Amino acid sequence: MTTKPGIAAAVPDAVRKLHPRHQLRSPVMFVVWVGSVLVTVFAATDPSVFTVAVALWLWFTVLFANLAEAVAEGRGKAQADSLRRTKKDAVARMINGDVVAGTELKVGDLVVVEAGEVIPGDGDVVEGIATVDESAITGESAPVIRESGGDRCAVTGGTTVLSDRIVVRITTKPGESFVDRMIALVEGAERQKTPNEIALTILLSTLTIIFVLAVVALQPFAIYSGGEQSVVVLTALLVCLIPTTIGALLSAIGIAGMDRLVQRNVLATSGKAVEAAGDIDTLLLDKTGTITWGNRRATEFIPLGPASHETLVAAARLASLADDTPEGRSILELAGGQPASDHEKTGEFVPFTAQTRMSGIDLDGRVIRKGAASAFQLSDTAREVVDDISAQGGTPLVVAENGTVLGVIRLSDVVKPGMKERFAELRAMGIRTVMVTGDNPLTAKAIAEEAGVDDFLAEARPEDKMALIRQEQEGGRLVAMTGDGTNDAPALAQADVGVAMNTGTSAAKEAGNMVDLDSDPTKLIEIVEIGKQLLITRGALTTFSVANDLAKYFAILPAMFAAIYPALDKLNIMHLATPRSAILSAVIFNAVIIVALIPLALKGVRYRPSSASALLRRNLLIYGLGGVVTPFAGIWLIDLLVRLIPGIG
Amino acid sequence: MSPLVAGLVQVGVLVAALAVAYRPLGDYMARVFTARSHSKLERAIYRFARIDPDAEQKWSTYAFGVLGFSFAGIVFLYVIQRVQSLLPFDFGRGDVGPGMAFNTAVSFVTNTNWQSYVPETVMGHTVQMLGLTVQNFVSAAVGLAVAIALVRGFVRYQTDRLGNFWVDLTRGTVRILLPIAFVAALVLIVMGVTMSLKSGVDVDGQVVANAPVASQEAIKELGTNGGGVLNANSAHPFENPNEWSNLFEIFLLLVVPVALTRTFGQLVGERKQGYVLLGVMGTIWAAMLAVIWGAEAAGLRPLEGKELRFGIAGSALFANSTTGTSTGAVNSWHDSYTGLGGGGTLLNMLFGEMTPGGVGTGLYSILVMAIIAMFLAGLMVGRTPEYLGKKLGRKEVTAAAVSILAMPAVLLIGAGIAAILPSTPGALNNPGAHGLSEILYAYASASNNNGSAFGGITVTSDWFQSSLGLCMLFGRFVPIIAVLALAGSLAAQKKVPVTAGTLPTTGPLFATLLGGSIVLVAALTFVPALALGPIAEALL
Repeated sequence: MTTKPGIAAAVPDAVRKLHPRHQLRSPVMFVVWVGSVLVTVFAATDPSVFTVAVALWLWFTVLFANLAEAVAEGRGKAQADSLRRTKKDAVARMINGDVVAGTELKVGDLVVVEAGEVIPGDGDVVEGIATVDESAITGESAPVIRESGGDRCAVTGGTTVLSDRIVVRITTKPGESFVDRMIALVEGAERQKTPNEIALTILLSTLTIIFVLAVVALQPFAIYSGGEQSVVVLTALLVCLIPTTIGALLSAIGIAGMDRLVQRNVLATSGKAVEAAGDIDTLLLDKTGTITWGNRRATEFIPLGPASHETLVAAARLASLADDTPEGRSILELAGGQPASDHEKTGEFVPFTAQTRMSGIDLDGRVIRKGAASAFQLSDTAREVVDDISAQGGTPLVVAENGTVLGVIRLSDVVKPGMKERFAELRAMGIRTVMVTGDNPLTAKAIAEEAGVDDFLAEARPEDKMALIRQEQEGGRLVAMTGDGTNDAPALAQADVGVAMNTGTSAAKEAGNMVDLDSDPTKLIEIVEIGKQLLITRGALTTFSVANDLAKYFAILPAMFAAIYPALDKLNIMHLATPRSAILSAVIFNAVIIVALIPLALKGVRYRPSSASALLRRNLLIYGLGGVVTPFAGIWLIDLLVRLIPGIG
Repeated sequence: MSPLVAGLVQVGVLVAALAVAYRPLGDYMARVFTARSHSKLERAIYRFARIDPDAEQKWSTYAFGVLGFSFAGIVFLYVIQRVQSLLPFDFGRGDVGPGMAFNTAVSFVTNTNWQSYVPETVMGHTVQMLGLTVQNFVSAAVGLAVAIALVRGFVRYQTDRLGNFWVDLTRGTVRILLPIAFVAALVLIVMGVTMSLKSGVDVDGQVVANAPVASQEAIKELGTNGGGVLNANSAHPFENPNEWSNLFEIFLLLVVPVALTRTFGQLVGERKQGYVLLGVMGTIWAAMLAVIWGAEAAGLRPLEGKELRFGIAGSALFANSTTGTSTGAVNSWHDSYTGLGGGGTLLNMLFGEMTPGGVGTGLYSILVMAIIAMFLAGLMVGRTPEYLGKKLGRKEVTAAAVSILAMPAVLLIGAGIAAILPSTPGALNNPGAHGLSEILYAYASASNNNGSAFGGITVTSDWFQSSLGLCMLFGRFVPIIAVLALAGSLAAQKKVPVTAGTLPTTGPLFATLLGGSIVLVAALTFVPALALGPIAEALL
């Protein structure tokens, strides 16, 4: 659902952002803006190739910063536009027959939606069942089922009912709906600075103040030394020193971070939540659907007494022929998967009931049943096998013919592939995983071990989940969880990062601070990574920006003062041609590096789960050391070209 | 013994002595500030001053105490200087003028001990003993108290209480500084330092000024004060008679700041946290010693401005330690150092006095720097930055930023104005780059509350007296207020648990990061100014 408008498309926006009111939002870039105005005035009153060139490149610096932001916003706008199309004037048919515009709905209104109609607003299905096409917001073309009651009752305005008829109770006001929030989010209209961003801005402002002082104080020192400097040169020095690289890219990084989340079909209510995701200490994961496939699959036939393996398999197959549950299908599959013959279809199928706790078939006088262990009279040996399976986290199903137990089918909860590795990654990142399940402690322990989670909460009721979150938070830990049911809502609200599944209830979606449109609970892991990546990118570019200053000193200081202290020319280790070319090259490098780093700001610094020390060492090496070396090469190269300009070289 | 070997032996003895004192003193100071009971003397003081020693204070109350106490100290010092002629032991030296009295009052209360006066002709014994020496104790104790309050910010959770300033001040004075200074004074007397209430002593028919030197000398070094009772300071044979007293004085000025890292480790419950700070301080101290010593040994006139008693090594060791601790005592004439060597002493101050810094101030300054370094590092590992189990958010970064910003701001503004005042060239001994070094040094010394004199600059004009006085005030109290605010917001937080995602702050990686930040911040801020002073000199 993303399109990538080119840089060209962002240029008009970048120019529009030259307005000082916009520049005030970033103290660093505001200083550059003021400097540009100042130098322009000097260039206009006393024009020379040098002053005009410096003025131009200072404006480019501001422009490039705007460009970075505009490109990041442009991506979001494209998404917003496609979302807006889904909102096209839906008409709501009230349950009493009135027809009103979708924009006039109130919370609590009951509307009827039939096949082919667009659902006019966010709400819960209160009557009926329908297939719904949600591709407009999720990008997923397969229709989903929405039905009254239970955890799949929420519908989103702008999606289309494909079959049947449902009655929906509207739960959000027009303008505050899910799609509206999504549009606001991707457009960055309501983008508020996140806590870490604010703290970083303070640090950058401090650096800026220090450099303003250092440069302003340099003039009297220069005058004392007999080498008064022009305002143009001092401004150039100042702009080169203040952290323009990060100052220019900071807001683009934030917008792009949200954008990456949206691209993975996750909606966050605030940037704060995304940042919090990077800080998560404890991850609560529901066992079913997240860690395991959720359906219990037959994995073994254990014959008992005189019955042979073949007899058991055959009987189990017959008993499951008409069993359409995932468990039943998995038994058929394990038994060879042969479908029912015509003769077998003549048998009488006995469905499962809560009273009998068994199901099966009556065929040719044979009474074949399979069911819960408690429904059968078991021998001591059988009891042992059954208990053993339970202890290992499986579910035993007993198979009997005419009251004689033939054996036991082992149903196991199968852990999804790759989970163990993901949990190991999380552990390396310092995140503790806790599996939450309604299973008994024995079963839970077995699965927890198999999946490699750090801890588990067995026989969990919603209030237990809540207590666990509180307990973790007491210890200062940040907790993330996923949930879909209404009874998850309090825990979702309590968690620092609560990701609601889009298939879940409105209550769950309201309570969480993120919604996953794909309803994939493992997405939480990616969300954590995006959160971390966001911070790393800011930190890395700040380090890079500050590290750049060393080379700039080596370029500009000899250029300024070699005339009065020829010995200072020894610092001109890049052998820049003239003082003018040196200063101009530094200014150009300072501007160009912004453009060069826009892709990195938008994509984010690569994040690989590893220990904090390893991460820091790696980023310090790349962005710290790289930040020291790069400008030496860059300024030297630019000088080779700049020196060719008459009046500069 | 060659001078090199002799110098290395001195360094070895010094480091060994510090190592011996490190654990007992560090642990003792930790106990002093955590003990529940009050001594009889302390109880008497609290009763007299009507203080409830068990009432803990919020950060703002604590800061108010610091400011109020210091302001009262300034007023008192100012007044007794202005009416000196009415006091005993004034030897007819008369009242001190308003500019000098203001500068001196501020100087001693801020633990700077910058001296724009010639002690033996301006200050009588009463002002020295009742005024200046008292401030030598309590101004150091104030620094100690603020550092301890900051550490409490780290080790306390969800509280707005940081301890009681009056208790910390009293304990720092009576339990730590007074006893050590008493013993040290006796040792100094044994080593040959003078102690007399007479105004002078007849030496071969010539009257040489004398004073109760030993008692003031001890706290002058121990409290990282530096204000000499004689003008030649620790170059004077009465203050510093031989190489052993020289080494002992260097030991005294280093011992508390160094041992405080142990105290810190004890208080936060992980000694390694203190060792790593000491490692960073020590590495920079050693590197700067190598630079200064090497530059002086290679200088054209290596012994110019140095005492033959101490030689190059003894002078470089003293110069490096006095500028790295915000002490400001001198045993040689820094103005005569080479461009690189003199620049080194200047750079030591520009680091912000944390290698190892003054009593208390060194610890809190390096912790503030650690917060800045950990903020960036935290971002780079993808977590909300934290240090010692506390998150570094908007409030913490703001406070740390204000604390770091104060010194460069007043220094650059003051030196910038001074550089273009028409009267300045007349106040300087040297023109050109060295003259600028003299200006920069004076403002760096004042703004960092060091107090050492480069020399070569006459600072008795109203401009210098008042501007340097203001630099001392802002350089001292802006960071203190910010540090206490920082402590307040840290103490209010919950503990962030340590996980595999937590960046360890005990290893070489953190040490490199912290050391790098100290050097980088100073370099980025001051390289332009230094380029026209010491760098231009050194490259000539």
